[in-house]
Amino acid sequence: MRPNLTRNTTSTMRVIGIETSCDETGIAVYDEQQGLLSHQLYSQVKLHADYGGVVPELASRDHVRKIVPLIKQALVDANCTQSDIDGIAFTKGPGLVGALLVGSSVARSLAFAWGVPAVGVHHMEGHLLAPVLDEPAPEFPFVALLVSGGHSMMVRVDGIGQYEILGESVDDAAGEAFDKTAKLLGLDYPGGPLLAKMAEKGEAGHYKFPRPMTDRPGLDFSFSGLKTFAANTIRGSDQSEQSKANIAYAFQEAVIDTLAIKCKRALKQTGLKRLVIAGGVSANKQLRVEFALMMKKLQGTVFYPRLEFCTDNGAMIAYAGLQRLKAGESEGLSTKAQPRWSLDELPAI
Amino acid sequence: MNLLIIDTATEACSVALQVNGQRYQQFEICPQQHSQRILPMIDGVLKDAGVTLAQLDYLGFGRGPGSFTGVRIATGILQGLALGTGLHVVGVSTMAAMAQQALDKHQASEVYCAIDARMGEVYFARYQATDGLATLVDEERVLPPEVAAEILLKNQSDHLIHGVGTGWAAYEALLTPLNAKSKPVILTDILYPAAQYMLALVEAGVQQGHAKEVEQIEPVYLRDKVTWKKLPGRE
Repeated sequence: MRPNLTRNTTSTMRVIGIETSCDETGIAVYDEQQGLLSHQLYSQVKLHADYGGVVPELASRDHVRKIVPLIKQALVDANCTQSDIDGIAFTKGPGLVGALLVGSSVARSLAFAWGVPAVGVHHMEGHLLAPVLDEPAPEFPFVALLVSGGHSMMVRVDGIGQYEILGESVDDAAGEAFDKTAKLLGLDYPGGPLLAKMAEKGEAGHYKFPRPMTDRPGLDFSFSGLKTFAANTIRGSDQSEQSKANIAYAFQEAVIDTLAIKCKRALKQTGLKRLVIAGGVSANKQLRVEFALMMKKLQGTVFYPRLEFCTDNGAMIAYAGLQRLKAGESEGLSTKAQPRWSLDELPAI
Repeated sequence: MNLLIIDTATEACSVALQVNGQRYQQFEICPQQHSQRILPMIDGVLKDAGVTLAQLDYLGFGRGPGSFTGVRIATGILQGLALGTGLHVVGVSTMAAMAQQALDKHQASEVYCAIDARMGEVYFARYQATDGLATLVDEERVLPPEVAAEILLKNQSDHLIHGVGTGWAAYEALLTPLNAKSKPVILTDILYPAAQYMLALVEAGVQQGHAKEVEQIEPVYLRDKVTWKKLPGRE
């Protein structure tokens, strides 16, 4: 519990962040001077596990149930009342349209009722700014690798809203490849973290997976071939627990290696020394080990969000929203969710 | 009683405001645009009446059934307004609102509501007038039109009955099996719910103690088992 600090209401801004783009309801209160005051997260992971993936309609229904209690709790934890809040930030896109609509409807009408501005935040901007919530924060410019279940992209970041997409996945996202391969290995949804755990028992040298699209120039990714390769490898193995662990090891090694090759290339191409890795896959332990080694060799620095902010959360939305509110951005009463929205369409601030 | 009521459950989007005995309303057919239209419409009636949310006593909304997304937009907007004002909320059936409109406009005494629920089904309910209010008989259900027709046949009587909603035109199977004593007179001017016909129902809801705190606001989808499939062994 944080102490109830008094604040100068004239000079500092305090916002609520609301994230509902997929299967996590995240709410946070962020203060410009004091930083993160509180955050609440409800993950629907168990709800969707029985279906082997996120069911959009069920996700939307669950956001409706959880959003109000989480907002109330976040305000209590932050020792805030209505009069302390200067704006409300919500994830406007990209994501599941029904899920986005829950957050945007609640956020926009709450801001209307309180007479404060609301601002729609790009989910991926939230992710790539998430490491800034902690010290040491990366300075601009940097290269950001965003890797989650829904996205894989490499971005040059020169400032807030100054994004140049250097490369993207042409098919599956990295996290998606993890989850799909995990399913092939008989692991529960979402299997990415479980696959990583299984890989800890695996041995090197038994299997060799390809490193897709590393043999040609460019910074795009392709991960769907790895999943197919895994399916064939599993079929051709004795399917013992040890073989499965060895396959998990080789698969994870291939994904991390591929990401590392591309990041190295992006740093070289941009001449930058700072790398940010965010999104669910950035929580992968082995990835962090490999990237620490690589960045040491390159004499650069790698930054990650704290573990709980690698996946979707309200804190990153509150932070990004605060920056945009300060720059004078806000949504009119007729705002709408934007399920498809490219990062490079955002205005610089 | 000063009330603000919204509905976005169907292709229609509407708001109604009752303040110091005066009524203000807006109604639009705007499929796919409810999330963009609803707050400007709320703002519009408040400005027309020259009041703010702080002067209201209760909030109300069309809690369904209807399109899942539509029902959730009204729910989300109401959650935000209720959280922001501390006002209590009454959720009203969209089907009851349409039955109420039939009572008010056509002096109907018994009304069947059938909303096209897609996937070969209708949202279906029967209402009777009690002291001028549409009162639910039995329960709201989602069912195939053939089953709804059976209910109408079973309840046949000598008095005039009315039908409201999009379901009658959507499914021939709803009307064709019916005889003279079970066939409702279809009111083709009442296809969608409108917030203004929820005013009396919300007021009654408040008097009956049905106003809820923001945490208790719930949409009613009626269709709770949809086509998503669980993994083998998890059913």
